[in-house]
Amino acid sequence: MRKGLSWFNILSLVLGFGLLYLPIVLLVIFSFNESRLVTVWAGFSTKWYGELLKNQALLDAAWVTLRVAAVSSTLATILGVVAGLAMARFGRFRGRTLFSGMIYAPLVMPEVITGLSLLLTFVALSVNRGFVTVTLAHVTFSMCYVAVVVQSRLVSFDRAIEEAAMDLGCPPARTFFYITLPVIMPAVVSGWLLAFTLSLDDLVIASFTTGPGATTLPMKIYSQVRLGVTPEINAISTILIGIVAVGVVVASLLSKRQELRRRADERLAAAAP
Amino acid sequence: MAAATGATRSGHEPWNDPAAEAYVRIVGVSKSFGDFTAVDDVSLEIYKGEFFALLGPSGCGKTTLLRMLAGFEQPDRGRILLDAEDMVSVPPYQRPVNMMFQSYALFPHMSVEQNIAFGLRQERLPKLEIQKQVKDMLELVQLGGFAKRKPHQLSGGQRQRVALARSLVKRPKMLLLDEPLGALDKKLREQTQFELMNIQDELGITFVIVTHDQEEAMTVSSRIAVMDHGRIAQVATPAEIYEYPSSRYVAEFIGDVNLFEGRVERIDPGPMEISCAEAGCRIQVHHGPDTRVGHKVWVAIRPEKLQVSLEPPADTRVNCLSGEVWDIGYLGNLSIYHVHLETGLKVTTAQANSTRLVERPITWQDRVFLTWALETAVVLTA
Amino acid sequence: MSEHEGTPVAYVSGRAATPGSLAGLHARAMLFPPYRRAVGLGERLGVTGRGLLIALPYLWLLLFFLLPFLIVLKISFSEARIAIPPYAPLLQYLEDSYLQLTVNFENYRLLLEDSLYWRSYLSSVQIAGTSTLLALLIGYPIAYGMARAPREWRLTLLMGVILPFWTSFLIRVYAWIGILKKEGLLNLLLLKLGLIQEPLTILNTDVAVYIGIVYSYLPFMVLPLYANLEKMDDSLLEAAADLGCRPLKAFWVITVPLSLPGIIAGCFLVFIPAVGEFVIPDLLGGSETLMIGKTLWAEFFNNRDWPLSSAVAVVLLLFLVLPIVLFQRLQARSG
Repeated sequence: MRKGLSWFNILSLVLGFGLLYLPIVLLVIFSFNESRLVTVWAGFSTKWYGELLKNQALLDAAWVTLRVAAVSSTLATILGVVAGLAMARFGRFRGRTLFSGMIYAPLVMPEVITGLSLLLTFVALSVNRGFVTVTLAHVTFSMCYVAVVVQSRLVSFDRAIEEAAMDLGCPPARTFFYITLPVIMPAVVSGWLLAFTLSLDDLVIASFTTGPGATTLPMKIYSQVRLGVTPEINAISTILIGIVAVGVVVASLLSKRQELRRRADERLAAAAP
Repeated sequence: MAAATGATRSGHEPWNDPAAEAYVRIVGVSKSFGDFTAVDDVSLEIYKGEFFALLGPSGCGKTTLLRMLAGFEQPDRGRILLDAEDMVSVPPYQRPVNMMFQSYALFPHMSVEQNIAFGLRQERLPKLEIQKQVKDMLELVQLGGFAKRKPHQLSGGQRQRVALARSLVKRPKMLLLDEPLGALDKKLREQTQFELMNIQDELGITFVIVTHDQEEAMTVSSRIAVMDHGRIAQVATPAEIYEYPSSRYVAEFIGDVNLFEGRVERIDPGPMEISCAEAGCRIQVHHGPDTRVGHKVWVAIRPEKLQVSLEPPADTRVNCLSGEVWDIGYLGNLSIYHVHLETGLKVTTAQANSTRLVERPITWQDRVFLTWALETAVVLTA
Repeated sequence: MSEHEGTPVAYVSGRAATPGSLAGLHARAMLFPPYRRAVGLGERLGVTGRGLLIALPYLWLLLFFLLPFLIVLKISFSEARIAIPPYAPLLQYLEDSYLQLTVNFENYRLLLEDSLYWRSYLSSVQIAGTSTLLALLIGYPIAYGMARAPREWRLTLLMGVILPFWTSFLIRVYAWIGILKKEGLLNLLLLKLGLIQEPLTILNTDVAVYIGIVYSYLPFMVLPLYANLEKMDDSLLEAAADLGCRPLKAFWVITVPLSLPGIIAGCFLVFIPAVGEFVIPDLLGGSETLMIGKTLWAEFFNNRDWPLSSAVAVVLLLFLVLPIVLFQRLQARSG
């Protein structure tokens, strides 16, 4: 689609993105509000960020969340890569339909169902709920996202280079690690990032599967929100948004730079005989 | 059969030598994908140092056969022997066979050097040895200064040479090439064809090339196997295939040909005589195939073998076609005359333009007579 | 495997061999009949290198995805107790080592009788359905605009949609509280513009829930639509124009039908999770807002009735099985 933008297109883009970003922008603005209200601007102040640093409970929750996210996303990536590889490469193996179902269902399953079922399982297995159970729960649904990302990357992968590697004497397992994995690494990394974000953001499943001492940041935010809206929440929201924004901007700049360099290389190569 | 046809530079023609042992033997190999039979009971013998071509249209099974030689497909039936060792149960990473892929399949995250060194690293050779061999190979394919570049920084022709270097560096017993020159433009293709032949000659490795381009097959190969729907139609040197095709399929596949359907009238005493309503004359040949009187045969004559003249020959009833020049195609070096015979059949004859155009005596709608040297017509029974 | 005469050559000597590696070792070992037979037997049982590899995620999912559903089903047949865990065991050993299975249909009966539950289900489906439609109506123009934007802008626009997607769901819903509440920013704006006299009550009503769901799930609708529209062939529209078709008609007759896979994918990605959504109705909706996710949560955390919550979950799952299976078929076909 390259036809160019009509006024309708421009209007829908402006309104659409405006809608998407309005709440976020307002959130950020009012995190710097002098007064306690989040709707009446009383002047610029960073005191809420200061309050944030003194809120030990919130900081503890943030630390727990980071640890859960780091561990679960790494595990989820490993399992997800294997699952994605199986779906894309292993053809029709026994039990593939069930496997495929278990990979795709969590992508759309309502979180209350996943959360409840996992909690009941942990209780039935007499596992103490806490850091470990939250992490296990996060691994379970994150791995499906990673699997889907990896699978779609492998499907569009040129298998000829794997065959070339095997032809040159490289057994299949080594081919995967030396050839396939490096080439699909961007997809694996984006899978890791996706798993990390999903874990960071999860409220419902964490509420069901966590235990004492392992309260996550979303849970903390949620409980404070129920009590009332305060600019401290705005402050921490702004920090989280900032981190994500920086990440997204950096990623897109890097990819753009890579794209430009690649195009320059190709132009250089096409000039030579 | 034919005498030494001068098909190879060295004059060495092991397929004509009963004492020679085949280096690669494909015995009764078949392969099906579901209902589709890709390769149907194929047997071939390839000799050491040959540049062997598998030629045919798409879907004829040549690529499947090549992949079975490489080890990426398993034949349903049959054996594949390389240097007297049965290869069928050997996985591709353990065969002394290397392949050059159609898309080159260079490792995008490795440099040219690393690509070429890859195969040697799998053999756990010492580092210095690997470096030396990679350097030698880069010299051979004339890519000396490109060692550190990555594939996306190379042009199509350069990538192709890296792919070639990578597949040769392990000195395999056999090199398989899957339509290697398809992506190159005409000039580069011709140049590369001769480079390939030189490299093959110098290294003495047995090459098996798959192609659908008959000119390419004719140029580079010592022998060609023409394939049709999974079967081998004919295996012979390029000259033999062109001059003595064994069937109409082969005759029509390679180059242009005029075919006349006829019936055998007389075999003994020679020459063999064939009545041909399509040609409008009797056709006589000195050496005919093994057939009986009354059988249907086809006579194949290549366009360049037909002599066209405004003057009728001595006897217009034998080995003479007559008709009207219906169209002339001027190709610069050749003129193709499309002649409408009196019998209604259209034939083509190609004449080199050895004189200038204005001096050419034959033009549209001229009545002409086409004759040929007796031994240049081939009688086909299939 | 084909039938061959002669000795099986499992590896090749000389320069072509792979010395020292596991594969080479395995290949050499394959020359010994006992090893070869053991490997063959293993292959028939599915114990291959590949099999063991798949087993990792497979077993994980069986344990942490499938088994939990079975447990939910089991507990839905139990009855609530003041105990830890707060439900009666289904299987009990009696003195003479008989196994007593108590299946209690009470929970399901309650679901059918008490109007709260089936009203919640219906309301959830209705809210989710309407929100999906609204998301489609809003998301399609955005995706369409993105697809027609000049090449250089597309990456930026895509990043622009992805950024909210990666930002915390909870935070974005929270942001709407500040906007929609009685003394919130929307009312302030409308009052200032003189469009209304009294502040509107939007927060804690169904309307807020619609806004919340549409807003939060918008990226899920835009991204598949964009992916589909971006790949669409320009020349189709050019051909239509060449044949005399006006642009607006061409849009309805060509673009929309071809973008159907994207539409369907987007709708699935919004509808199915929205039916069981909890956070949005809880934070933005009122006490009259009935959504099954909220009902389940309340049943579980407030009433401590685990068996009933399980029954609610089972019925919800049954509702969603059909769409989930359809979604999966769709993915499998396009994958």
